[in-house]
Amino acid sequence: MTTDARRGLALISPTVVYVLLLLAAPLAAVVTFSFWTQDFLTIDRTLTLNNYREAFTDPIYRTLMLRSLTISGVVTVVTVVLAFPIAYFVSFQVHPSRKALWIFLITIPFWTSYLLRVFLWKVILGFNGVLNSGLLSLGLIDEPITFILYNANAVVITLAHAFAPFTILPIYVALEKIDRSLIEASQDLGESKVTTFFRVTLPLAMPGVIAATLIVFIPTIGDYVTPRLVGGPNGLMIANMIQTQFLKLNNAPMGATLAVLAMCAVTAISLVFVFFNRRYLR
Amino acid sequence: MKGGWLRIYAIAYLVFLYLPVVLLPLFAFNDGTVMAFPLKGFTTQWFVQLAGIEALHGALLNSLFIALVTASLSVIFGICAARASTRYTFPLKAPIMGAIMVPLVLPEIIVAVSLLVVVVQVFDLPLSAWTVVAGHTLICTPFAIAILSSSFQGLDQSLEEAAIDLGETRWGAFKNIILPLVSPGIVASFLICFTISLDEFIIAFFLTGAEPTLPVYIWSQLRFPTKIPAVMALGTVMLVASLIILSVAEYYRRRGIARVGGTDSGGFL
Amino acid sequence: MSIISLQNIEKHYGDYHALKDVSCEIAEGEFFSLLGPSGCGKTTLLRVIAGFEDVSSGTVLLGGQNMAGVPANKRPTNMVFQSYAIFPHLSVAQNVGFGLRKAKLQPAQMADAINEALEMVGLAGFGERAAHALSGGQRQRVALARALILKPKVLLLDEPLSALDKKMREQMQTELRRLQRQVGITFILVTHDQEEALIMSDRIAVMFEGEIAQVAPPQDLYRRPLTRRVGEFIGVMNFLNARQIDVSDGTVAFDIEGLGEAKVGPDQLPEGARAYLPVVGLRPEAFTIVYEDPKLRSQRIVEGEVLDLSYYGDMTYYEVKLDGASAPVTISMKNLTTRPVLERGTRTLVSWDEGSLVVFAA
Ligand SMILES: Nc1ncnc2c1ncn2[C@@H]1O[C@H](COP(=O)(O)OP(=O)(O)OP(=O)(O)O)[C@@H](O)[C@H]1O
Ligand SMILES: [Mg+2]
Repeated sequence: MTTDARRGLALISPTVVYVLLLLAAPLAAVVTFSFWTQDFLTIDRTLTLNNYREAFTDPIYRTLMLRSLTISGVVTVVTVVLAFPIAYFVSFQVHPSRKALWIFLITIPFWTSYLLRVFLWKVILGFNGVLNSGLLSLGLIDEPITFILYNANAVVITLAHAFAPFTILPIYVALEKIDRSLIEASQDLGESKVTTFFRVTLPLAMPGVIAATLIVFIPTIGDYVTPRLVGGPNGLMIANMIQTQFLKLNNAPMGATLAVLAMCAVTAISLVFVFFNRRYLR
Repeated sequence: MKGGWLRIYAIAYLVFLYLPVVLLPLFAFNDGTVMAFPLKGFTTQWFVQLAGIEALHGALLNSLFIALVTASLSVIFGICAARASTRYTFPLKAPIMGAIMVPLVLPEIIVAVSLLVVVVQVFDLPLSAWTVVAGHTLICTPFAIAILSSSFQGLDQSLEEAAIDLGETRWGAFKNIILPLVSPGIVASFLICFTISLDEFIIAFFLTGAEPTLPVYIWSQLRFPTKIPAVMALGTVMLVASLIILSVAEYYRRRGIARVGGTDSGGFL
Repeated sequence: MSIISLQNIEKHYGDYHALKDVSCEIAEGEFFSLLGPSGCGKTTLLRVIAGFEDVSSGTVLLGGQNMAGVPANKRPTNMVFQSYAIFPHLSVAQNVGFGLRKAKLQPAQMADAINEALEMVGLAGFGERAAHALSGGQRQRVALARALILKPKVLLLDEPLSALDKKMREQMQTELRRLQRQVGITFILVTHDQEEALIMSDRIAVMFEGEIAQVAPPQDLYRRPLTRRVGEFIGVMNFLNARQIDVSDGTVAFDIEGLGEAKVGPDQLPEGARAYLPVVGLRPEAFTIVYEDPKLRSQRIVEGEVLDLSYYGDMTYYEVKLDGASAPVTISMKNLTTRPVLERGTRTLVSWDEGSLVVFAA
């Protein structure tokens, strides 16, 4: 091994050791746990697939898992679709000297406490909330609207808000990297503004869109706070169940099983997604 | 007007982004405990109340301690990894870097649960501020690496070689040339990690001991309607503090750029 | 006595063989150039001398001392980097004085040394400038001052002029040469520009693919390239197929296509060669287009047709197909008012100089 290689390995080893110790080992422990069972406070260490069988057959788990994946998917699509025009606007139509200001404006709201942001959505969307009381006092509605709190819609709106900057920024960066002469070249070769967008701009922005998609999709599946605060009983997600199993029901093995399943599901979906978009990532 | 429809859309989007944030100070200064319009009247009593809540002070101190330690550790790990990956080639570099960055794309609840399993079930250790620090450092390190890598990347390698060529030792070259040049990145990554840790809820919720962190404390208060105005006041104070920290970070970043004669290219993150 | 002695240097990067058995002596006070195409290993060799790369095998002697295990910061060499590597957070004076920290000078002495160095490179009064507020040429001068202030035994320069525009480059070429004579330090210059190497150097080492092909002063290199590749790389050279017909008393007779028979004397043959390539080389200026009566000129006259020409103002380069030759040759002629420039398709007489024939070892 060369001196350089040795120096590099030595330098990176503290970080690697830390990650191995605090991530790889715990993940392995979780996977092991998922094959055990727990009866009240005693853990039965015989390996069994019972937890997995239960997770797949019990309708509660199935519903929660499917709902979590659906909500994550919808949130991802909504967030990315809403964010793209903003990123495009800032990158292509804002004067270069004011781009930093726009990015700053977009990121400021996210320096508010995450918990409070979610809570404030509850305040906005609630039965007696800001939206309803505002609309009522303006006389636009006669009685409070109810379809946007304590259900999946509220979760989608809140998460779309929570992840806005994490989608705008990668798309913006990808758009900024596009050489503007490519767009002129396309128009010079006879494409209209619209076809240029679909044949040149969008494909070149795809790495940013893909990054944004993953950045939203992966963490939302594990979100605990939003479903809990604004989701109501029909908006709860898998993370809430994992928390219940661990901290309330004292069934760590079942919690571990659900965690492993959630992790596998996101990883699989992400890999499939990246696979279908691999041509953009070269 | 330039932009047309897109500009109108952008402004509507900004309204959406700012909607909850604007309500925060509104209710913090509102003389009433019901979170609805119309507002009652102006008061600063909620802010005054903050000063008297012992539990809050404990949580705040606890959170600040955790955030400080987390940010320091993350920056040190980040410097090691960013420097190693930008300066050296070594076997298995890509998989190693990939593994280190994994916490960035892992749902936080998974990190929380797996650490909980190890700490409580495997080692049977008590939960404390340190278990939270362990979890936070894990998720903050990739952010630090990302920010620091771009700082290290921007450095011409011959700068370091020139210093060695002119008689400095390896360590001297690192200390006198590399560190000053990446210091804006260090400050920025420190502040980002500090803020992430301060605001993080799920990991802290699972791993905190008897002493709650600030978000865990806030979470416990959200159940009581009468406590909410004080929480709003607290949120307002935290927002202002964050913005001050952010401005300081931005100032250092700009100064760093100006010092090496570069041109500004966008904001933070 | 040679200040640098490279002995059988080998360098591998993994599977890649970057330096192959490089041996070479560089004399004290010499302006020495490493010349070769991109990727041939010039920078690698320079970095081996500076101590930034370990050798796989072989020895580097600097002033007679073996440099094995001596790190870059302990070697009596200093480097001017291609990117100049001016520390952006330090002022010009701080950059120039960077290496003096170890010398533990009084502040006043230090300032004097810095001013002297700045003056030497023509930057007097620039000390307080921020390093990033400098033009390319000025940065280059700061890099020079910063290295020279330490009075190294050898100054290493890696393509120092390649980032400058043409005019600045020409100015710096003369200036570097003047500076080198003034300080008397050995300079080793890496360049891929053959003209630059010819203009500046006392001696040039030509490298291809990790090997030194020839080390010689500029004139020898141009007139007596050892291999066909060197001849091709330096300036323009015509290659004509030639059949060896006789050897006697160290003189070799060739039958050259399009030119006829010619004898090459011992002083013109490559040293130590036992056999020769069936090809001879001739520079464009070894041919002359014959305008006046052929009887007044030497006997070596052949006939050909002008296929193409490039007009350069002071010179014209003709592509002439000589009768009996398989490929056209390039001929350069100075343009004089008394001589018309020939047109395409003209038939013309061409004389050539037997003494300029270049023969290559097989
Ligand atoms: N660290 C390295 N690892 C692997 N290969 C290398 C390394 N450094 C150089 N090489 C290879 O060694 C060869 C010689 O490189 P070197 O930089 O010495 O070329 P050069 O003659 O200076 O070329 P140029 O004129 O382009 O600067 C190149 O093919 C290069 O790819
Ligand atoms: Mg080179």
